[in-house]
Amino acid sequence: MILAALPGFEPLVSGDAVVAQNIAFGILAVVMVAAALRMVTTPNVVHAALYLVIVLAGVAGIFILLGAEFVGVTQVLVYIGAIVVLFLFGIMLTRGALGEDEDAATEKRRMALMVGVLLLVVTGGALLDSFGDAAMDRSRPSLTAEIGDSIFSQYIVPFEAVSVLLLAALIGAIVVARKE
Amino acid sequence: MLLNQFLLLSAVLFAIGVYGVLARRNGVLVLMSIELILNAVNINLVAFSALRETVGGEVFALFVIAVAAAEVGVGLAMVLLLYRNRRSIDLTEIDLMRG
Amino acid sequence: MTDLLTLAASAAGSGLPLGITEGGAWLLRNVWLIPLLPALSFVGILFFGKRLPKGGSELGIAFVGIAFVLALFTAVAWIDHRDDFHGEEVTRTVAVAEHHDEHGDEHHGGHGHPSLAVHNTVTWFQSNGVEFTVGTLVDGPAVMMLVVVTLVSLLVHVYSTDYVAGDRRYTHFFAFLSLFSASMLLLVVSENTLQLLVAWELVGVCSFALIGHWWEEKPNSDAALKAFLTNRVGDMGLLVGVTILFFTVGSALPGQFGSFSIAETNALANAGALSHTALLVASCCLMAAVMSKSGQFFLHTWLPDAMAGPTPVSALIHAATMVVAGVFMIARMYGVFFEGFSIGGSSINMMALVGGLTTLVGASLAFVQSDIKKVLAYSTISQLGYMVMALGVGAWTAAMFHLFTHAFFKACLFLGSGSAAHAVHSFDMKADMGGLRKEMPHTFRTFVIGSIALAGLPPLAGFWSKDEILVGTGGWGLFGGTGGNGAYTFMLVMGIATAALTAAYMTRCVYLTFFGEFRGHGHPHESGPRIVVPLWILAGLAIVAGFLNLPKGFPLVPDSLQERFGHFVEPVAGYFPTIAHGTPSWSLAIFSTLVVAAAIGVAYRYYFVKVEAASKACGKSLTELPNGPTTKYPLARRGHNLLVQKYYLDHLYTDVIAGGTKGPLADVAYSVNQNVIDGVVNAAGENAVKAGNLVYHRFDQLVVDGVVNTSGRASSGAGEELRKIQTGKVQGYAAILFAAATVLAGVFIVIV
Repeated sequence: MILAALPGFEPLVSGDAVVAQNIAFGILAVVMVAAALRMVTTPNVVHAALYLVIVLAGVAGIFILLGAEFVGVTQVLVYIGAIVVLFLFGIMLTRGALGEDEDAATEKRRMALMVGVLLLVVTGGALLDSFGDAAMDRSRPSLTAEIGDSIFSQYIVPFEAVSVLLLAALIGAIVVARKE
Repeated sequence: MLLNQFLLLSAVLFAIGVYGVLARRNGVLVLMSIELILNAVNINLVAFSALRETVGGEVFALFVIAVAAAEVGVGLAMVLLLYRNRRSIDLTEIDLMRG
Repeated sequence: MTDLLTLAASAAGSGLPLGITEGGAWLLRNVWLIPLLPALSFVGILFFGKRLPKGGSELGIAFVGIAFVLALFTAVAWIDHRDDFHGEEVTRTVAVAEHHDEHGDEHHGGHGHPSLAVHNTVTWFQSNGVEFTVGTLVDGPAVMMLVVVTLVSLLVHVYSTDYVAGDRRYTHFFAFLSLFSASMLLLVVSENTLQLLVAWELVGVCSFALIGHWWEEKPNSDAALKAFLTNRVGDMGLLVGVTILFFTVGSALPGQFGSFSIAETNALANAGALSHTALLVASCCLMAAVMSKSGQFFLHTWLPDAMAGPTPVSALIHAATMVVAGVFMIARMYGVFFEGFSIGGSSINMMALVGGLTTLVGASLAFVQSDIKKVLAYSTISQLGYMVMALGVGAWTAAMFHLFTHAFFKACLFLGSGSAAHAVHSFDMKADMGGLRKEMPHTFRTFVIGSIALAGLPPLAGFWSKDEILVGTGGWGLFGGTGGNGAYTFMLVMGIATAALTAAYMTRCVYLTFFGEFRGHGHPHESGPRIVVPLWILAGLAIVAGFLNLPKGFPLVPDSLQERFGHFVEPVAGYFPTIAHGTPSWSLAIFSTLVVAAAIGVAYRYYFVKVEAASKACGKSLTELPNGPTTKYPLARRGHNLLVQKYYLDHLYTDVIAGGTKGPLADVAYSVNQNVIDGVVNAAGENAVKAGNLVYHRFDQLVVDGVVNTSGRASSGAGEELRKIQTGKVQGYAAILFAAATVLAGVFIVIV
């Protein structure tokens, strides 16, 4: 349906675009879930970070699929460009602390697995129960200008709060990590 | 496309993230898992935003990204501090809260 | 309710006239310059102060001086504007529900009057369709406060250059003096309650910084904390009150979510368009803010402790800025309070009662202090009580006038006490002062002038404002039926009693400081010109300020000079309630003067005659009679003790309330831990074992044995297992948290 907004793609909307979108979603979803599972199970910390990159890129793809292009681009810029790099620095600075292979106690993993599955069952059941087959038929992708407008008018207060939070986090990180 | 496609994907990622937070010993990996959870939430926000054709959800997804950046900064600073003080970032060794 | 009627159109257009205009002289529209100047000075001193030759004080004096000059010009512009403005009035179309009663029309009669406040706003930000503005609302009380604040602040700046000379945080001190003035000026020109709230908090922060200026000493930092925390209590009230008003106004304005605008809030309250209950609740919340900020009984305890700050700060806090912020806030939101507390036509209300009690409590406590600044602090509490009481009885103009005169004589007294203390290096009147009149003639004379003004002897400033308040109580047929807003006889009695007490304790204070023989060490000498000149300026104002508002019908002066202050300060506008004015009464004035004179006489006889004679007799300077009433009569001693202990209020707060909640909470937590949690596990195990033993003895051992042992083991095992959960490992806790939350969510999904 995003394609509907683009000139020349109107004929695809009714049938083919939906199929194409579903295929894209399927590929993204499979890749993301697989990468996420590897991320939380791999013993190698650096590999885990790289799997995280795949998941984050997949999320960006989902955003674009949903017509939220600006958020998708921001996701790539901020997450993959900045946060993952931060993680890699964190891994390098603490290298050797735990060794290459991480081997959590099986008891703990079993417990975590239990909680995770329980969570998935409950949320999944609730979602299937309440949203059934609500279809998305977005007429056009959201415009970056709209997002900008609403951030600086309707959501100005949360926006200011977030900027103060970032400042506080900046100072907090410096204070915490500073060498005495 | 169905709304539930996205919501279920988000739920799966969320559950995997929770598993990671609970099972991993390495502090950095726990932080990464938290990122996974936040991303799952973002998918939800954007999906509902697309469903209702408003930008509110997207704006809040952006806020979540900003908050995540702040959280990673502070979290990694804490992990570094931990590493400096104990030469280890194994969360199972931190049990000062034991009663 | 469905039948809405729009308020009748006034001359300026249709809708509810707010009594404000967007026009007016340039200075009146751009009055934001005045708070901006000290704010700039704050930034300038902070960044460049240390590099300047005089440590930043010259910057502060210059900027506050310009602000003062601007304030004077603003006052002139306002006087011109008040009677001679013919511009457009801003109105607002409001659909007022049918229940709007007849007295709204009566308010209407007053509109179209030239007393239009000058209103100027810009949008600060908007969120979700609500516009948040900042701006200025310039009318009589605002202009009056601008002049008073800048003047007192300027004099305090000048005085401080001598007083804190050589202090290690000299620059820092001036920076905060400037910021303090800026916050207070911002508060008085505030156009909406949100801005008022911001300025209110800024004032609180600055007072914290200044009271704790010498924070190296524990009592000083404690006092600063106490002031700050006590004020937080009231700030909560302000926050809640402002929020309530925001939504209440929103419900009356069609198509609007809410409004912070002071003019709109007051105008709607006056027109009877707002729910009385909402106004009452909001008034009570705002009153809590006033009680903490303006030191009203029973949140006044921080104020005497705040004397730990440097004396110029005390003068600034107690004369012009912080503590009158509360009084000014009532005056600003008077439409709300007038309706909320039903001030017109009743004989008692919360505000008048709080004010009346405060004025008595403060005056009685001032008697037993030996620290000269504490005498003045309690005196301030008492005088603030007077103002709040005046507002409570509907004598708005009298309260503002008293605020005005009080600012001068109280600043004079505080600076005078600082001058004396500067000379003897102590604030203790009993131990280190006495006989200073010879060494410090200027301080002595100005202090006596200030004292007489405070005591309220004619013709000094305090007399006129005090008398107006007494008239405003509308009290007592005995004095010729003065006809105020209600019959507040009780408040009249409290006012007169306080006047007597005030006169007496100021006589005592003057005697202990300036008469008798010097009891301190060293040789005190008069302070320098930078201290004495401000003192004389303030003393001069304390003499003449009262003539600004000579009562109507005063025979000796022409009509055009009567009630000038009231004429220019009191708004006659849509945002201000129509208040009745008491008729001045000669008999009341004479009676109150006689009471004051009698009180002075009694105190004079005790100190100047008896104590003096006793001192002469025993050859050293005494401060009390050796066999005075407190030693002779047990009742007097007990009363004295009660006063010395400040009515045990501090004990009540720290020991009974704070201790009382802290202790039991800890006890409960401990006993829950000990008895419930441990108990459940232990008792389960023990009882099971006990029960097992019982069964063992009574019944067949072989049959039941297994069951018993199992249950016993199960319960002690449960204890063991529960203990294991407490590992200290965060992830374990997180797992329990997640699992519990999920289960709970599942339960909700299934049930709901």
